[in-house]
Amino acid sequence: MPFGNTHNNFKLNYKVEEEFPDLSKHNNHMAKVLTKDIYGKLRDKQTPSGYTLDDVIQTGVDNPGHPFIMTVGCVAGDEESYEVFKDLLDPVISDRHGGYKPTDKHKTDLNHENLKGGDDLDPNYVLSSRVRTGRSIKGFTLPPHNSRGERRIIERLSIEALNSLDGEFKGKYYPLKTMTDAEQEQLIADHFLFDKPVSPLLTCAGMARDWPDGRGIWHNENKTFLVWVNEEDHLRVISMQKGGNMREVFRRFCVGLQKIEAIFKKHDHGFMWNEHLGYILTCPSNLGTGLRGGVHVKLAKLSTHAKFEEILTRLRLQKRGTGGVDTASVGGVFDISNADRLGSSEVEQVQLVVDGVKLMVEMEKKLEKGESIDSMIPAQK
Amino acid sequence: MASSFTRLISKRNTAVLLAGLGAGTAGFLLSENSSLAAEAKKKLYPPSSDYPDLRKHNNCMASALTPAIYAKLRDKVTPNNWTLDQCIQTGVDNPGHPFIKTVGCVAGDEESYEVFAELFDLIIKDRHNGYDPRVMKHPTDLDASKITHGMFDENYVLSSRVRTGRSIRGLSLPPACSRAERREVERVVVTALAGLKGDLAGHYYSLGDMTEKEQQQLIDDHFLFDKPVSPLLTCAFMARDWPDARGIWHNNDKTFLIWVNEEDHTRVISMEKGGNMKRVFERFCNGLKQVEHLIQERGWEFMWNERLGYVLTCPSNLGTGLRAGVHVRLPKLSKDPRFSKILDNLRLQKRGTGGVDTAATGDTFDISNLDRLGKSEVELVQLLVDGVNYLIECEKRLEKGQEIKIPSPIVQFRK
Repeated sequence: MPFGNTHNNFKLNYKVEEEFPDLSKHNNHMAKVLTKDIYGKLRDKQTPSGYTLDDVIQTGVDNPGHPFIMTVGCVAGDEESYEVFKDLLDPVISDRHGGYKPTDKHKTDLNHENLKGGDDLDPNYVLSSRVRTGRSIKGFTLPPHNSRGERRIIERLSIEALNSLDGEFKGKYYPLKTMTDAEQEQLIADHFLFDKPVSPLLTCAGMARDWPDGRGIWHNENKTFLVWVNEEDHLRVISMQKGGNMREVFRRFCVGLQKIEAIFKKHDHGFMWNEHLGYILTCPSNLGTGLRGGVHVKLAKLSTHAKFEEILTRLRLQKRGTGGVDTASVGGVFDISNADRLGSSEVEQVQLVVDGVKLMVEMEKKLEKGESIDSMIPAQK
Repeated sequence: MASSFTRLISKRNTAVLLAGLGAGTAGFLLSENSSLAAEAKKKLYPPSSDYPDLRKHNNCMASALTPAIYAKLRDKVTPNNWTLDQCIQTGVDNPGHPFIKTVGCVAGDEESYEVFAELFDLIIKDRHNGYDPRVMKHPTDLDASKITHGMFDENYVLSSRVRTGRSIRGLSLPPACSRAERREVERVVVTALAGLKGDLAGHYYSLGDMTEKEQQQLIDDHFLFDKPVSPLLTCAFMARDWPDARGIWHNNDKTFLIWVNEEDHTRVISMEKGGNMKRVFERFCNGLKQVEHLIQERGWEFMWNERLGYVLTCPSNLGTGLRAGVHVRLPKLSKDPRFSKILDNLRLQKRGTGGVDTAATGDTFDISNLDRLGKSEVELVQLLVDGVNYLIECEKRLEKGQEIKIPSPIVQFRK
């Protein structure tokens, strides 16, 4: 909640044991890390905007575990959360991001020309390609914490920035509040519309407050570049198209992002970024690049192969259903994307997707011919 | 033990005093704990920038909250540091309900009703037929012996039930309470209930610790309450930390039941199959008095004042917090076009047999009193008794092909 949480100071009248959450049935990163000692150390702290430890962990207390994936169980309310609550968040970050240390540095590389290949993924198998990331605007608190006033200003700034784009990026903003039925149906048909969050992972973190105030969708005329405003992050930026030309998707992604960033910087509202955590986003799982680059690809045979999971792990890739993070696969078509976010650059992560998917499609073709793929199993990347 | 809370309670007593003084007393503007940055932010974001968009809304809060009231109250906090934005969040997030006009606003603590009186008083007037907390007093009467004709025809009435809520003074309400406070509520209540004897003796089942077998039994008895899924409750922060410190207590006879830490600190329910509403209400009053006595022995008391009666989370439950009702078969009357008007005039409400958010199935309805504040428990139960008897009379007359009449509307307390 905005404007200082003095409610927190009232809780300090109670002992740590009396306030410490019962995490005995929990299985998320926060629950694994949070001890009474850490809780005791951090519970009287607040960020300058008044975000507290209990705010950070509420979603993880309310959601013991998820059937498909190990959830993070904590969120940031503002940029400073990652500093003030580092005793909790650094170990969570380390667990989630392959041992990333508090002293490590993250590199950012949004130069699309550094990507090798990526324009020749077989469209008979790769149905669509997509790259997304998030960006937070410096000077404002994040979706779990922001007030209606802040959210509206974020929306206004975003609209101004996006409306000034031209060429392949020329587009239009559709506020969720005033969208017509026709516009809504079109956005659903295009698979662009995001709905009010129903996942308790998000609602328990306060991200659905005041819906749909200040929320909207912007996309270019070609429907290949899309921005979500005030959903789980201030901005989610998405580049996508049918087929397997990931190189083109990434080019448009990088160019568009950099144009947007330049406009925000001009108005003294750059993106939240630092050299340790890269781009700062609401969920610790999206720190670093915040990038998920992926394809919808037909892997009917490979997906039933005994070594499928191992291949994915070695390629540093992750599978999801075609409905996104909380879904299962349909008809042998998988969403395959990079597993990493922090500790490697955008180019490196998309390179892994491009190379890995290319390899898996070759494996699929081999399996279709009844041949073995044992010699193709990659080493750990 | 109350001792660890005496310092808290003495601080809260000032607030309780304020409650006694009535509405309009200035709220607290506690800035000694706010950081400078938070203060600066307030100036940067004037109330007008934060005023919610309520144009598509249809709840009591949206009807009452003007930009002027919002501007006046936004930066106030209760002694527990609860804010207006936190009170109204549920109403902002839930524009309206198809079956009933929702309240759209909750209290985080007893003092919310004082500090934010300018908003709450309007909502109370709207919801409770013009009851004005500034000038009126609410009567409390738990003497069940006064009820007459409280035995219904069991060919029509399948079950009888009375429920209310009680809050423990000195502890924050479910939207605001910390885990420690919620656990304290559980301890206070469960300790008191362990002192009940005779037909009220019973057992507590903690939601977190119950066995599968216990859970199944409670489901079969229709006693188990689940984690709230209604956004009216979840958006008001009432499901936090579930199922920590939540539980169900019931007597061995399964006729007296208490929910701990669901939408209120406690919900107290007396129920039986059949039509003996008088006995249900007797057990209700007797049980409530005993529980109150048991908590008072340990230095606690219920939240109550003479303007608002019993203080509960939702303004709709102020006063008596009492819903007395029956499941009754009315196959002919329910199809009569005058049914709704008859109910209205009798100050009764129909619901589906699944409770507040459900529609009726078949010919069986949940019929209960509409009002909560401004009339005593005895008055409301008598109204329900008289009303249901009238409905059964109508049903019988329709069965015989006789005429029925819409009764005159019951007089409100409006001045």
